[in-house]
Amino acid sequence: MKEWMGKIRTLSLFSFLVIILSACGKDNLTALVPKGYGAEESFNVILISILVMIFVFIVVMAIYVYVIFKFRQRKGQENHIPKQTEGNKTLEVVWTVIPILLLIIIAVPTIASTYDLADESEKEDSINVNVQGMQFWWNFEYANEEIQTSQELYIPVNERVYLNMLSSDVIHSFWLPSISGKMDVNPDNENTMYIEAYEEGVYWGKCTEFCGDSHSLMDFKVVVVSQEEYDQWVEGMKNTDPEYTAESSTAQEGQEMFANSCISCHAIDASSSNPVVGPNLADFGNRTMVAGIKNYSKEAIVDWIMNPGEIKPGNGMLSAPYLQDNSMEEEDAEKIADFLMELKATDEPVDSVEQFKKDETENNN
Amino acid sequence: MSTLVATNKKSFGSTIWDYLTTVDHKKIAIMYLIAGGFFFILGGLEALAIRWQLVQPMNDFVSAGFYNELITMHGTTMIFLAAMPLIFAFMNAVVPLQIGARDVAFPFVNSLSFWLFLFGGIMLNVGWFTGGAADAGWTAYAPLSTTSPGQGVDYYVLGLQISGAGTLMGGINFLVTIVNMRAPGMTYMRMPLFTWTAFVASALILFAFPALTVGLFLMMFDRLFGSGFFDPSMGGNSVIWQHLFWIFGHPEVYILALPAFGIFSEIISTFSKKRLFGYTAMVFATVLIGFLGFMVWAHHMFTVGMGPAANSIFAVATMAIAVPTGIKIFNWLFTLWGGNIQINTAMLWALGFIPTFTLGGMTGVMVAAASADFQYHDTYFVVAHFHYVIVGGVVFALFAGTHYWWPKMFGTILDEKLGKVTFWLFFVGFHLTFFIQHFLGLMGMPRRYWTYLEGQNLDLGNLISTIGAFLMGVGTIVLLINIIKTSVKNEKVSGDPWDGRTLEWAIPSPPPFYNFKQLPLVRGLDPLWIEKMEGRKGMTPAEPLTDIHMPNNSFIPFVMSLGLFIAGFGFIYQKQDIAWLSLVFVGMGITLGCMLLRSVKDDLGYHIHKEDLKKEAGE
Repeated sequence: MKEWMGKIRTLSLFSFLVIILSACGKDNLTALVPKGYGAEESFNVILISILVMIFVFIVVMAIYVYVIFKFRQRKGQENHIPKQTEGNKTLEVVWTVIPILLLIIIAVPTIASTYDLADESEKEDSINVNVQGMQFWWNFEYANEEIQTSQELYIPVNERVYLNMLSSDVIHSFWLPSISGKMDVNPDNENTMYIEAYEEGVYWGKCTEFCGDSHSLMDFKVVVVSQEEYDQWVEGMKNTDPEYTAESSTAQEGQEMFANSCISCHAIDASSSNPVVGPNLADFGNRTMVAGIKNYSKEAIVDWIMNPGEIKPGNGMLSAPYLQDNSMEEEDAEKIADFLMELKATDEPVDSVEQFKKDETENNN
Repeated sequence: MSTLVATNKKSFGSTIWDYLTTVDHKKIAIMYLIAGGFFFILGGLEALAIRWQLVQPMNDFVSAGFYNELITMHGTTMIFLAAMPLIFAFMNAVVPLQIGARDVAFPFVNSLSFWLFLFGGIMLNVGWFTGGAADAGWTAYAPLSTTSPGQGVDYYVLGLQISGAGTLMGGINFLVTIVNMRAPGMTYMRMPLFTWTAFVASALILFAFPALTVGLFLMMFDRLFGSGFFDPSMGGNSVIWQHLFWIFGHPEVYILALPAFGIFSEIISTFSKKRLFGYTAMVFATVLIGFLGFMVWAHHMFTVGMGPAANSIFAVATMAIAVPTGIKIFNWLFTLWGGNIQINTAMLWALGFIPTFTLGGMTGVMVAAASADFQYHDTYFVVAHFHYVIVGGVVFALFAGTHYWWPKMFGTILDEKLGKVTFWLFFVGFHLTFFIQHFLGLMGMPRRYWTYLEGQNLDLGNLISTIGAFLMGVGTIVLLINIIKTSVKNEKVSGDPWDGRTLEWAIPSPPPFYNFKQLPLVRGLDPLWIEKMEGRKGMTPAEPLTDIHMPNNSFIPFVMSLGLFIAGFGFIYQKQDIAWLSLVFVGMGITLGCMLLRSVKDDLGYHIHKEDLKKEAGE
């Protein structure tokens, strides 16, 4: 009997935990389970303010419920005229002063963390990434390493990374809920924020400033890896070759087509001297997702090449000549996909990326 | 027009003409109510379309482009074309009566305000039929708005400019009215709280709307005449738009919320049968909120990159607003305390408002904390917050005010049973829709998202939210049925159906077109209540029965607004074909011509003779 009770208890505790966890959202997207410095700072202020506010709410509701039940009109009392009180000085002082004190409790940590999150003292000695937001994708240029990548930002774990952000069209906003709060990406002035992740993994980033048709699909990822993996990745990116030749025969055909058309916007090497027109495709073979929103697969790449407008309305690819004159056959797209999937900065699979791909595929089945 | 107009049945045509030319604040109030109600339903339908699109992940009920038009027009319509005019409806219907005046200070301008608002509102919506409405969000951030293709944003700019001019005039009108036209004995500190809030809101309009006007002018030049105020590549700055917009936009929240507080103050006091607790504190809290409302605009811009100093200052200033707002909440609670609380539909809305708005205020303090706002900003958390404030505060007040003042405006009383059905459907629907959105935001759902991906744990929350939205829709339909039923039944009520406290209840429902035969003598706060407590039936007159001076009706405000409406099309389409410029000349010609006509033609109004007033009383 006792055992049975114990099982029930464990089970109910477990299901309670599941509910709580799922109520907190997807664990590499939600702001409710912080996994980085900025998100943690914000979360602490959120907690303090929620606690203070719940206290206020309880006080208000207690008086409210009491008053409604106690002083509700009773039968036969319709004409009763209650005492016409003008006010009460003591009470009024109380509910002016106490809220001020409560607000100070919130204001002090708010100001402290606001300054802390704007701290740029370590900027010189840290990794600096120039982030460029565009309708509807992101470009990341590593300032000192002279490499760039698109859509997926690699950073080492437990390391402060400074992001210097500028838009080349309308305003975007860089939000990485699990790791850090957001910062707008303006066309006028460069904004700087830093991020620091506590755990390896791939984290979802979202554009949070309304920027047009595919605003809701302008996702990016931040790939948090160990310091070694990061160094390897940077080394690999530096060695990506603009003259790379494809291995398989279909990929070679694909590369030929790519060179005749796609290359005018998409570079296949990570050198930061390449102009930023379309997303940089160096290391495309190791991407976590296609176009930032589709599970990584050859079909997804083909689908993207054939119908980019259906996947991301209004995106820049729509002006590509092959879409204007409908000159792309599905077989061609498949060959191009073969070629693109060969583009890898490191042959060694990155743990975080592999795990992420596995989770996402399971998720959607 | 020198004799009393016969109140016989008029033909439909002459009723229409009467409304087109009226300068009577009560008829203008009815027009604001109808037009605002229409736009409220329109905005509501847009909201339902938005929620239906989000009912499941990767839904394709509407296209991305159309969705962006829907969210833009939902916000713009609800703020400028529904909430504002509905607030103006009650200000028009009630404020002159509450201060014991026969009309507003400038009846002609009052009519002009209405027609400018209506033509501006129509202009905004014309975009739907000419290739797409505005699609840059109701905040129209540059450069998205300045580069948005098509004419949608042009309609937004011109439409808001025209209706904004109407609002500005309305604000000035009410300021002058309240300063100058209070009845004998109606000192400032005896004014009912609704009048006080209308007064402070009008002052906010006076200072806030010019910022919007300037911003819209700059944007109009950027879009239509090739300037680059907001274009960084031409040396402009896009962030300036955000400042201009929010210097207007934040006080706008209080322009809506303060009169809402006023409505609740009247209702809570009346149906508790008690004087408003801490009246003086309430007045000062109102003024303080109005003042602080101008100091906090940049809390909408914590993530823009203003730096920690500016962010901290605006965070603390914003939190400070919680203090006077808290004072108000406690004063309402203590007005209820010890009262004889009668719970009818109007009171139900007021009682529903207190916890709802408290939640909105709580999240308000939370989003004011700049470093926490880095997470909340532009997510569904913020969507939830401002709907708690604007629906839970303002829309609840509009529903409450509709039930409370309907008898005064139309002489009939709305059905209580249906009214309560509306309340419960709307109240439950509201919390279902928006409470969960706090969590959706923190779970990673940004605002203005046309769709969300599968497998992000956002499905259930969005589904619940959509169900709630439809409950609100049903609640609103029940209110419409209620209005039709009540109007068809047409059972007349007395001038004072609620055992009211303020001056509007001292005269018949609906009031005669001159309001007060003799101006009343006000002897304190809640003047009618004082008289009733001393055993009198009504107010003591402050003047002998004399001739009443009344303004003439005029068609000029309608034509003047029509001129600007026509000119608006000229401005928009001259960009494509310079020939359209002729419309600018035609339209502006009409408007300026009307102004000239109004200036040179003496219109001294007319008098109702005291003999006629006596005769009417004798009948």
